[in-house]
Amino acid sequence: MKVIVNGEPRELPEGASVADAVASVTTAGTGVAAALNDEVVRRSAWSATTLRDDDRLEVLTAVQGG
Amino acid sequence: MDKLVIAGEELDSRLIMGTGGAPSMHVLREALTASGTELTTVAMRRVDPSARGSVLDVLAECGIRVLPNTAGCFTAGEAVLTAKLAREALGTNWVKLEVIADEHTLLPDPIELVEAAEQLVADGFVVLPYTSDDPVLAHRLERIGCAAVMPLGSPIGSGLGIRNPHNIELIVERANVPVILDAGLGTASDAALAMELGCDAVLLATAVTRARHPARMAAAMRHAVEGGRLARLAGRIPMRRYAQASSPFEGLATS
Repeated sequence: MKVIVNGEPRELPEGASVADAVASVTTAGTGVAAALNDEVVRRSAWSATTLRDDDRLEVLTAVQGG
Repeated sequence: MDKLVIAGEELDSRLIMGTGGAPSMHVLREALTASGTELTTVAMRRVDPSARGSVLDVLAECGIRVLPNTAGCFTAGEAVLTAKLAREALGTNWVKLEVIADEHTLLPDPIELVEAAEQLVADGFVVLPYTSDDPVLAHRLERIGCAAVMPLGSPIGSGLGIRNPHNIELIVERANVPVILDAGLGTASDAALAMELGCDAVLLATAVTRARHPARMAAAMRHAVEGGRLARLAGRIPMRRYAQASSPFEGLATS
């Protein structure tokens, strides 16, 4: 299935979770948050939240700014 | 120095720093250390797999509390989502709320700002809104429940200093929450003026991170904030039209 991760289309296997998609863009263990279709998914729910075709996932972290 | 209190949390330093614009993490660390800051902003962006070193590591090493911002957001919806992501990623419900109107001026969009502030306050955030120097808007943000108001001195990164000191004074006179002068400061005297006008703190980044010697400017800002605060508490003399002799006229030798 095709999922949009941080604006880029990615091919992920059926049944892939938010945790799988996050792991495809970062290995950071902390300081990262994810939003699925504009709703924040708590880290504790990443593994249990499965993705669907055309889902949009945003994975953010802190950078220099302000 | 008397303590700064925001939402019940005490801070010894009245200088809040930003991290944008520093040429390297090493320079940033030196500048933050020299500034004496205890609270420093970061932005939230999509993860970059090629990024080397994290600003979060620098802040953790320096023992500085992190204040996420919503820089780059143009709508209330974007800002609220960014704040929620920051809360999840960084484990803090504090947010510097920034909702800008356009990339050219980076001035706040007051309508979207108020909308976002209402939603975030209702969701339990400690909201520190970056606002224009409009006393009416600042008061509105306080009434909504913001924990501080952060009027700009002039546009972000402009170094133009405080363009409307009168408005800043009006905001200070009316506010019952801390007033933090945010944006536009260029050098130490700007920071001192902000404190002399009665601001409770200043927030700055570019003036330090893009200075020729960031750590030196950070130290200058630290002293300016302390000097300005002391001067405010000491109470300046009124301005007079004519001179007032400081030496007595009595007892002069005559020829």
